[in-house]
Amino acid sequence: MKWFAVAAYLFAAVKVSAVEPDELLGDPGLESRARAISENLRCLICRNESIDDSSAELASDLRKIVREQLLAGKSDEEVYAFVVDRYGEFVLLKPSFKGANVFLYASGPIMFAVGGVVCALYVRRRRASSRKEDYLQKDERDRLEKILGD
Amino acid sequence: MVNELGHFALVAAFLVSALQAVVPLVGAQRGWIAWSRVAVPCAVIQFLLTALAFAALTSAFVTSDFSNSLVAANSHAAKPMIYKFTGVWGNHEGSMLLWVLILTAFGAAAALFGSDLPLGLRARVLAVQSLIACAFFAFILFSSNPFARLSIPPFHGSDLNPLLQDPGLAFHPPFLYLGYVGLSMSFSFAVAALIEGKVDAAWARWVRPWTLASWMFLTLGIALGSWWAYYELGWGGWWFWDPVENVSFIPWLIATALLHSATVVEKRESLKSWTVLLAILAFSFSLAGTFVVRSGILTSVHAFASDPTRGVFILAILGFFSGGALLLYSVRSATLLAKGVFGIASRESALILNNLLLVVAALVVFVGTFWPLVAELFFDRKLSVGPPFFEIAFTPFMVVLAAILPIGAIIPWKRGSIAAAANAQIGVLALSAAVGAFAWSLQTGSGMLAPIGFLLASWLILGSAADLIARATGGRFRFGRSTSRLAGLPGSIWGKFLAHSGLGLTILGITAVTAWQLEDIRSATPGDSFELGGYTFAFDDVSEIRGPNYLSLTGDFAVYSDNVQIAKLKPEKRFYPVAGMQTTEAAIDMGLTRDLYLVIGERQLDGGYSIRTYVKPFANWIWIGAIVMAAGALASLLDRRYRIGIAARRAARALPG
Repeated sequence: MKWFAVAAYLFAAVKVSAVEPDELLGDPGLESRARAISENLRCLICRNESIDDSSAELASDLRKIVREQLLAGKSDEEVYAFVVDRYGEFVLLKPSFKGANVFLYASGPIMFAVGGVVCALYVRRRRASSRKEDYLQKDERDRLEKILGD
Repeated sequence: MVNELGHFALVAAFLVSALQAVVPLVGAQRGWIAWSRVAVPCAVIQFLLTALAFAALTSAFVTSDFSNSLVAANSHAAKPMIYKFTGVWGNHEGSMLLWVLILTAFGAAAALFGSDLPLGLRARVLAVQSLIACAFFAFILFSSNPFARLSIPPFHGSDLNPLLQDPGLAFHPPFLYLGYVGLSMSFSFAVAALIEGKVDAAWARWVRPWTLASWMFLTLGIALGSWWAYYELGWGGWWFWDPVENVSFIPWLIATALLHSATVVEKRESLKSWTVLLAILAFSFSLAGTFVVRSGILTSVHAFASDPTRGVFILAILGFFSGGALLLYSVRSATLLAKGVFGIASRESALILNNLLLVVAALVVFVGTFWPLVAELFFDRKLSVGPPFFEIAFTPFMVVLAAILPIGAIIPWKRGSIAAAANAQIGVLALSAAVGAFAWSLQTGSGMLAPIGFLLASWLILGSAADLIARATGGRFRFGRSTSRLAGLPGSIWGKFLAHSGLGLTILGITAVTAWQLEDIRSATPGDSFELGGYTFAFDDVSEIRGPNYLSLTGDFAVYSDNVQIAKLKPEKRFYPVAGMQTTEAAIDMGLTRDLYLVIGERQLDGGYSIRTYVKPFANWIWIGAIVMAAGALASLLDRRYRIGIAARRAARALPG
């Protein structure tokens, strides 16, 4: 049973769950803001997890920092700025709208617009060729025009 | 001995694949019939040899042969038998072997079922397919040999990652690979068509079943992965926009577009070169996905083999096949003449819009996934692109797609009227608006997510059903005849109905769980009870239990609704000593209208345990919808027009005399 005791100790040592009950703020309004911010912040040592989902010690620290800032009366933007100042923009799961990132946000609409124009031109061409009775070959059309012309 | 036999079979399969990649291609080009015919036996032999190699590796895992270095690194004698078996593909080398096994299985199936294909096309398709196999055999043999031996075998293996010791995840990779690799068939058909310079309705008819099958498996594979994340990761998330999820989702979106554009080729002989391009892109994105997972270039929870040399190898394969195919496309696509003509308001136009939305959505996911890499390489910025970005950048395209689908799906081919189609669906639209309004009246907040989501879900489901009923009744409803006509509708019509309404069901589940989930986080001790969403949760007991290869902390909960006990839930926290890892096993009471989701966590300073409780309305419909979509693909696959020989027999009957 010694093994069991060692394992039980390890249980306590390795953190496993995300937001802990003792981290929650008493004010439900502030707490829901804290949760919303947490979902947009990345746990830096995890692989693609938000601090809201992560069980790492570091994520827990960041959650506490966010809540302390909110308790100090900071706005959401100020909290993000505070965290980015310390950890860099890598921490933001929703990239900022600055510099080259504009292209990231614009890529979808641009591709849709360009693709839309290409598709519209294609459809118009298919329709145009339908007016010209496309199922006639060129020599057939020439003959038809000659007959009609006569 | 078995180990060496497996290795030998793999080398032999590699040689056969090289033969099959060259001889039939030359035969088809020169018109040498005997050379062209070589492809068929080669494809079968190649598959049998790969199956032998796979069986040998499986036997090493099942018998815990720790002299095989792969087994020693990824298995353990105390592991349950099922996970010894599934552990074969729970690692890089074994999963690559599964990958080529499926690749050669598709090749063999195409050889055996392809007897009605023209000889030249069949030879070329099988040769291209075999060229892909050849590249992957080389990759496995030279950089990821699963049969490497250890000169001094250890007594115990180091166990499989505990997260992978789960039925959901055990069967997630095979389905995903069936989907990924199945797209290689569409790719091979596309390349063969480019070589021949001929794409017609018959080509589309041959290519479509393979695309349908791989789309079906890909749908199921993605759904299994999502469901696994839902119950295993411990907070009930079901999609994370993780790079590896994204790279499986991109081929799915492209394959969806391909299925739709192939119908246009089949029915109207338009969009030929576009369809060929989609077939090339779908498989290229699958290869890119493999590259991302194996190279560890993007950090992700899944990247289980981060090795730069392997990454370079796969990048070379990707570059060769995608680059080569695209080059061929740029040279030859002009030879694919479109025939059909159509007006602006037509099924063709609707499907073009469908393709535009799906492909742009796929590219948005692609750009978002690779943006951190681009930003770091070119702008020297280390940044993240996470779920909040994808939610705003991707979702609008899906909303538009869902909004136009029920109209586009009923508008006639060639020339139709949007007004007439809209008129036919006006009742459904009104009903769906009522559903959306009802959803809005149910909620306390003013968010528009639930009303819009429910409106779209109902619009898709009812709109698809209305189309089906209209076809069965032909405008006049008479019970006996209508039901028999409904049953007699072709598989493809049922497939369309199921796939489209399945999408509606998935949207329903996503909307409900996103908008209306309830959450409770608290510290509780045995004896406590609390309420959430009208249910009472009583924490009865907590105990420590010893499993076969883990230790578990198990909570005992009873759930009451109106003072009647409706469920016993036992959430667990497990510790796997050999791997030194912990997992959470959420306890879920599943239901069609809601899931009750319970997780037990840390012991708190006040002596209680951290308990998270969720009520997740309609969560299961996310995956039920995916299953319905896959069933749609199956129904379409069973359509009579794809049965072997039907086309040939019909042609024979049409002959005079």
